[in-house]
Order: sequence, then structure tokens, then C-alpha cells
Amino acid sequence: MNLRSSVDIITEWDIVAARQLGRNEAKDVGFGTVDQARITTAISELARNIYLYAGKGKIEIRQITEGNLRGLLVIASDKGPGIPDVRKVMEDGYTTSGGLGAGLPGVKRLMDDFKIETVLGEGTTISATKLLR
Amino acid sequence: MPQEFKRQYKEILKQYTERQTEHNLYEGQNFSRQLIQKNISPEEVISIHKASLEELMPDLPNDVSHSFDLLIEVMIRYGLALKEHQTLIKKQENFKMEMELASNVQQTLLKTKVPEMNDLDIGMISVPAKEMNGDYTHFLNDDTTVGIAVADVIGKGIPAALCMSMIKYGMDSLNGAKTEPVVVLDVINRIVEKSVSDSMFISMFYGTYDTSQSVFTYASAGHEPPLFYCAKSNSFTELQAKGLLLGVISNVKYEQHTITLEKDDFIVMMTDGVTECRSKDGFIDQNTVMDIIESVRDQSAQDMVEYVFHKLEELQEFEQRDDFTLVIFKKK
Repeated sequence: MNLRSSVDIITEWDIVAARQLGRNEAKDVGFGTVDQARITTAISELARNIYLYAGKGKIEIRQITEGNLRGLLVIASDKGPGIPDVRKVMEDGYTTSGGLGAGLPGVKRLMDDFKIETVLGEGTTISATKLLR
Repeated sequence: MPQEFKRQYKEILKQYTERQTEHNLYEGQNFSRQLIQKNISPEEVISIHKASLEELMPDLPNDVSHSFDLLIEVMIRYGLALKEHQTLIKKQENFKMEMELASNVQQTLLKTKVPEMNDLDIGMISVPAKEMNGDYTHFLNDDTTVGIAVADVIGKGIPAALCMSMIKYGMDSLNGAKTEPVVVLDVINRIVEKSVSDSMFISMFYGTYDTSQSVFTYASAGHEPPLFYCAKSNSFTELQAKGLLLGVISNVKYEQHTITLEKDDFIVMMTDGVTECRSKDGFIDQNTVMDIIESVRDQSAQDMVEYVFHKLEELQEFEQRDDFTLVIFKKK
């Protein structure tokens, strides 16, 4: 069913490709317009972070089932510099007021579950899921 | 719940598209209050609008319908900004509560009891500019002697307050009211010098009054000089005593002086919150402060300090910029 479940992020246009993939999958799972927009916004943020801070990386989208709920898992991974202070980028105030502009608190809010693994000098992997309720 | 909102919204929308009355609009506005209460985000509202419209108008052109999808996309970030805003407000409330708690802890910690002495009438007032007080007043007394410390951390708020606790423990380590002022300042200076960063300065005045001799002995670490009021000559003089601010270097030679009080003479000890009061015409000068004090010299020491505070508050148009502390020792 899913010929292509990941998009390499190298140029800014790949962000659009990642969004498109996410939207198709979200529709397929059965998410409504608002949740589709939330998921794609989250994907946008994650892909943009890769593009801006890591140079290149990958967005992977998987359909999942948790209990009897269907959902979507988004995995953003890169081999970039890593995040020195995760707590700081997860702090509110960085999203809207400019600052680091990483928007990770926003991604966390848009999705149901959010996990971040980062190693300095090795890269970052962020997984976020949203379930269809 | 969204289903219920949708039903209500659809009804309001139906009424409005048919009649366009102010009443319909008013209903719409009241409805938004409910939405906000229930944390319905802007993008959801648009989605409700779109769905309602499509049901009310089956012939709605496709392009109009699609346009709402774009609007939903655009509004997602507004929704996020709103949520973030709400979290920040909650955070701020927590900070405020913590500050109030800290302020209570400080008040308990730094509480000092104004002693009752036979020969001496004592008045004291200390009002912080913010929640936390950077001024410190402490009394030590036995049957015949009363010691008074007035200190001011340069700066306000939490850092100043934390510094104050240190002076308090230094004072607690002294034994009794009869300790000489120069010794007190020397002990506190060593403590402060060891434990405070170079950017923090504290000024402190310490005096002891011996009721058996009516003699006031004092020393100062760069503190605002107290005023001595002589009843006989009806005049004020500054009680000067040289000495460096606390915490600059560990070995400081403080000067110690004495003055004898006659009946109705009094000493006014203060922090720079008193001397640096500003009205819109500039600093309120020392003569004005002296005049205010003098005008109430016949009242009790406590009434005097309270009057001076209120009078200066009035002159400053009730905008207190600095912590304010005033202590009066008046010989009965």
C-alpha cells in the first residue's frame, strides 16, 4: 500500500514532499482536515529543522495501530550536530517569539506523543505519533 | 462535544445567513465565549464553519469549500501560539505564587521584635518596593542595652533578599546586645566577604544604646548616615562614621563614635529608600525629610516613622521605587 514511506530532506522542496506524503497517509488512516493540517504542520517543522540545522536527513511516515486505535508515526532523523540543550529547545517562548525557531514544543502539542533522542556530534531522531480517536 | 458545538454553530449560521441581524451576530459572539472556555482551537472553529456551511448549502461551489482548507492550514499556527500563550500565563501564575511564598518565608526569617525599653521609645517601619525586601533591620537587646542593625543590599528583589539571610545568620552568631559596633561590622564583613560575589554590595549601620548612660555607640559600613535631632537646639546633625561597604575586602578598620542623648533627643536611622525618594520634580532633598520628621517630633517614635513613610509616599505619588526602612530611637 505504501510504496514510499520516507522522504530524504536535502532541499527546501523536500519539505513539501514530506508534507504531501504525510497528508496522503493521514487521509488514508482517516484523519479529518484539521488533524491532517496538524500532522502536516508537525512534519513541516521537523523537516525544516533538518533542512536548517542538520543539512540533510529523513522523514519517515508509518501507519500504526495502538490497541484498537489507528494512527500515524512520524520519524525525523538526521546525522547533524545534535541538540546541546534539549530542555531549552522544548521550552515555550522559543516558537512564536523567534529565538531558536525550532518549534519543537509546537510539534509536541500538535501530536499525541513525542520522543526525542539526540547525541552531540552524531545526530537527532524525533518520533511523534498521533492517534485517530 | 464538538458535535454539540457544531449543531449550535450551524443554527446560528443558518439564522445569520437568512437575516443578518445584530442579534445573530451577538449570539455568535457569545458562542465564541463557550468555545474559548472549552479550549476549542481556531482551526477547529473554521472546520466547524466549513462543515456547517456545506450542510446548509449543498450547492456550495467546490472552490469555496476548498478555500476553507487553506484557511485551516493558515490558522494552525495561531492555535499553537494560543496554546503556548496559555501555558506561559500558567507558568507566570506559578512564579507569582512562588514569589509570594518566598516573600512569606523571608518575612518569617527576618522577623525582628521591636524591644520595649525603659528609657527609650523605638519606632520601626520597613516596606519593600517589590515582594522581597533588600533592607534588613534587626534588634538585639538585654535589660539595659539595645543593639540595632540597619542594612541595605545594593539592588532589589530576590538576590538582595538571599543576601539578607546571610547577614541574619551572622547577627545570630553574635552574643548579646553589648557587642561593640566595630566588632559586629567586622564579623559581618568577614562573612559577607567570603560568601558574596564581587558585584554585590551591602551597606550596614550598627548602633547600641546603653540606657544606663543614655549613650549611643555606632559604626557604619558605608551606610546612609543617621540623623541626630537635638531637642535643646532644635537642629539635626548627621552622625558620620567612616567605613567601607561590606564584602569588599576582609580587613576593614571601622570608626566607632558615641553620642549622649538628652530627653526628647532622637536618632533617625534609615536606608537610601528614604533619602533617595523622588517626586516628579527630582529628588526630595534632605531638608524636606528633616522638616517632615521635625513636624511630628512630639509624637511616639512609631507614629513618627509611619507618618514620615506616608508623607514621603504621598510626595512620590505612591510610586515606591526602593525598599524603605526607617528606625527612630527617642530618649524618653
